[in-house]
Amino acid sequence: MSAPAIIEAKSVSKWYGQFQALKNINLIVHKGERIVICGPSGSGKSTLIRCFNRLEAHQEGDIVVNGVALHGKMTNVAAVRSNVGMVFQHFNLFPHMTVLMNCMAGPMWVKGVSEKQARKTALKFLERVRIPEQANKFPIQLSGGQQQRVAIARSLCMEPAVMLFDEPTSALDPEMVSEVLETMTGLARDGMTMVCVTHEMGFARAVADRVIFMDAGQIVEEGTPDGFFGHPRHDRTKLFLSQILKH
Amino acid sequence: MLYPDTVEAEILVHKPWFVATMFGVVLLLFMAFNMSSTSFAELMRPVIGEPSVSGFYGRFAIAFAIAVIFTLNVVLIGFAPLKFQIGIVWFELLLLFIAFFETFHLSLPFIREKLPFLISQGVVTTLYVSAISIVIASVIAVAGAVAKLSSNGFAYAIASFYTSFFRGLPLLMQVYLIYLGLPQLGFVINAVPAGILALSLCYGAYMTEIFRSGIQSIDRGQWEASRSMGFGFTLTMRRIILPQALPVIIPPTGNQFISMLKDSSLVSVIGVWELMFLARTLGQKTFQHMEMLISAAIIYWMLSICLELVQSRIERHYHRSKVR
Repeated sequence: MSAPAIIEAKSVSKWYGQFQALKNINLIVHKGERIVICGPSGSGKSTLIRCFNRLEAHQEGDIVVNGVALHGKMTNVAAVRSNVGMVFQHFNLFPHMTVLMNCMAGPMWVKGVSEKQARKTALKFLERVRIPEQANKFPIQLSGGQQQRVAIARSLCMEPAVMLFDEPTSALDPEMVSEVLETMTGLARDGMTMVCVTHEMGFARAVADRVIFMDAGQIVEEGTPDGFFGHPRHDRTKLFLSQILKH
Repeated sequence: MLYPDTVEAEILVHKPWFVATMFGVVLLLFMAFNMSSTSFAELMRPVIGEPSVSGFYGRFAIAFAIAVIFTLNVVLIGFAPLKFQIGIVWFELLLLFIAFFETFHLSLPFIREKLPFLISQGVVTTLYVSAISIVIASVIAVAGAVAKLSSNGFAYAIASFYTSFFRGLPLLMQVYLIYLGLPQLGFVINAVPAGILALSLCYGAYMTEIFRSGIQSIDRGQWEASRSMGFGFTLTMRRIILPQALPVIIPPTGNQFISMLKDSSLVSVIGVWELMFLARTLGQKTFQHMEMLISAAIIYWMLSICLELVQSRIERHYHRSKVR
C-alpha cells in the first residue's frame, strides 16, 4: 500500500501487574483503511485500541500515531488525542450538556473555534448522523442508538485523522444496532480511516479492508474479509467463527 | 420523596388501633401532669368547677378533653390532601412554639426598641462573616479535593493533614488558637478576620471531603471521553467533572452553609459584634435575656430557611438534565 501510515504499532506489549494483556503486537493502519478487530472477550482488542490514543499505556514497543510517538513523558498528548476520534461502548456523552453542546465543546475548547463556527460544524455532523432535530435535547432523553450516533458526531466534529470504535453496538438493543452500523458504513464509504473493535461480522464483511483476529493478547490471524471468513487458517479462528456465526 | 409503590396503603391515622393508641397515650401523658393552674383549666371551669380543688376528676377531665381535641385534629388532617396536610401540620407546630414563647411573658416594647440595632449590627455582621467564609471555604474545598485525589505526595500529605487537623479540633478551639495564637508568631489579627479565617479553614476541611466524594462519584467514562477529545486536566475538571459533581455536592454543602451560619455565633467569644454576641449582651443590663435570645433564635431560623430555599432552587435547576 502506498497510502501513508496513520497508526504504527511495533512489537507492543502491555501488562496489568503479572497479567500480559498485549503480546508483541505489530499493526500498521494506513490512511483510508478500514480495519475490524474481533476476538473473544479478554483477548486485548479494546486494550489495543485504547493504547492508540493513550487512554492506556503500553510498556514495550513503539506506537506512532500521525507521526507522533506515544510514550509516558509526552507533553503533547492532547494534540494527538484531538486527532483521534473515539467512540465508546457506553457512549460516554456528557449528560449535563445538550446534544448540540456535546458536539460543540471539543472544537470550541480544544481548537479555539468560534461558537458560530462550532455550531455550524456540529449541525453538519448531526445532520450526517441523521439526528439534527435532537440537537437541543439532553442525552438521557435519547434512545441508545441515537446517543451512540451523537457520540460519533461528537468525535467527527474534531475532524480526526482516524476513528476508533470500541464495541460501539455491544450495549445497544438489537433494533438500534443497525442504525449505528449504517452510520458507520456511511463513514467508511466517505473514506474515513477506521479501526473498529466489534462482533458485527456482517459489518466486517461489508466494510472492512482487513479483519484482525486476536486471542490472549496476540494477533492470531489477519486477512481480507473474504479470506478471513472463507478460509480461516487457524483452529482458534475457526472455533471463534463457528461460535459466533452459529446463530 | 421515596419511590412510591402503586398499591395504595390505608391511611395510618385512620386505622382504629392507631387512633385508640394515640388517644390513650395522650390521655395518660396529660394525666401525669398537673394542669390545674393552666389557662386550659380555666376554660374547663364550667365542667370541673374550681380547678385547684377539682382533684382526680379535674385532672382526668382536662386530659380527656385534650386527648379528644388532639385525636380529632389528627384524624381530620388525615383527610386533607398532601399539600394541605404539610401546611396545617407546620402551622400547628408553629402555634405550639409561639405558645411556648408566650409563657416567658416577653416584653415586646423592649424587643421593638432593640431589634433595629440587632439587625443593623448583628445580622449584618453574621451575614458578611458567613458569606465571606463560605466563599473561601468553597475555594479551599475544590483545591483540597483535587489535592487529595492527586498522585502528588506533597499535595496529598498537606491536604490530608489539613482536613485531619481542622476536622479533629473543636471549632471554638480553632477560633481561640487563631485569635490568640497567631499574635505569638508576630501576626496581630483583628477579631473579624480571625473569625473568618477559623470558619473558612474549619468548613473548608469538611467541604474538602464532600467535594472529593462528589468528584469520585463521576463515572470513569467521563474522564475517558474528555481525554479522548483532547481536553486537558483543568478543562475536564471545570467543564465536565465539577458540573456533574455539583448535584451530588449541593445537598451536603447546603447543610454546611446552614451549619456555618449558626456556627458563626462562636466568633462572639472573641468579641465580634455579631448576632449572638448582641443577643447575649443587649438584654444584660435590664435582665431581659430571653427577649434578645428568642429574637436572635428566630432571626437565625429565618436566615436558615432562606438558605434552604436557595438550596432547593439550585437542586431543581440541576435536576433538568436528569428528566427523561
